[in-house]
Amino acid sequence: MTMKTSSRKVDGVTIVDLSGRITLGEGSVVLRDTVKDLSSKGDKKILLNLGDVTYIDSSGIGELVSAYTSVRNAGGELKLLNLTKKVHDLLQITKLYTVFDISDDEASAIASFNR
Amino acid sequence: MNATRVSYTLESTLASVNKAEQSALELAAKSGFDEDECGRISMAVREATVNAVLHGNHYDPAKRVTVSFEVTPSALTVAVRDEGSGLDPASVPDPLAPENLLKQSGRGIFLIRAFMDEIHFRSLSPGTEITMVKFVRGSDRDGNKEATQ
Repeated sequence: MTMKTSSRKVDGVTIVDLSGRITLGEGSVVLRDTVKDLSSKGDKKILLNLGDVTYIDSSGIGELVSAYTSVRNAGGELKLLNLTKKVHDLLQITKLYTVFDISDDEASAIASFNR
Repeated sequence: MNATRVSYTLESTLASVNKAEQSALELAAKSGFDEDECGRISMAVREATVNAVLHGNHYDPAKRVTVSFEVTPSALTVAVRDEGSGLDPASVPDPLAPENLLKQSGRGIFLIRAFMDEIHFRSLSPGTEITMVKFVRGSDRDGNKEATQ
C-alpha cells in the first residue's frame, strides 16, 4: 500500500493527513514532494498527522527529519500529530522523540503553533 | 534439530525489498513470534535488504541479492547477501550521536541491531553478508530452553 496525503488548513496551520507506508521509494518521495510543495507556497506552520501511517522504515524516518530541517531552515515549524505505537517506538529508539514536537490532540497542536 | 530453510535470489530492486520483508513477516509469524516481534524482525530484514540493493549493489541489474531464512524451534536466522564492493560496519557513524541525529540517512544498521538478538557481518569476494538471529523467547543460541520458574 503506497502512501496518500491530503492537506487542510485550520487557523493558519496546514495539516497534512498521511495514510499508508512511508518507506524507501514509496511514501518517502510523496512526503518529500508534499512538504516541498507546501514550503514553496509559503506555508510555515505544518502539522503532519501520522495517525493512519501503518509503517515507517529508516528511509521514512530520514524523510521526516529532512522535512523537519527544511521547514525549520525556511523559518517555519513542522510538528507531528497522532503517532501510532510503532512510529512512537521508532522515534524513541532513534532519539528523535525529543527532537520533534509531538502531540496526540489536534486542537492543542494547532494552538501550539499560534502561541 | 529440525530446521526449515528457504532462500531467494532476487534482483536489485525495491520489489525485492518488499518480497524479503513480506517473507520475513510470514516466517516470523510461523516461528511463533508475537505481532510486535514479527514487525521488528521484518523491519530488520527490510533494512538489510535495502542496504544490499541500494548501498551494496547500487540497483545494478547484473547483481543479485540473496535472502536466506532458517527456522528452527529456537531461532529465526536470516542472511542477506549482496555482490557489492563491501561494507566496513565499524565505519558506520552512530546515528544517536548529537552531530548525526538530524542526518537523513544512516539508521538502517542501528535498527537491525536494535531489533535482532545477534548480527554478524561477513566479507565475501565480492560482496557482504549480514546474518541476523532472533531467538524464540526462552531459547538461547544453543537451542536450549531456559528453565522456567
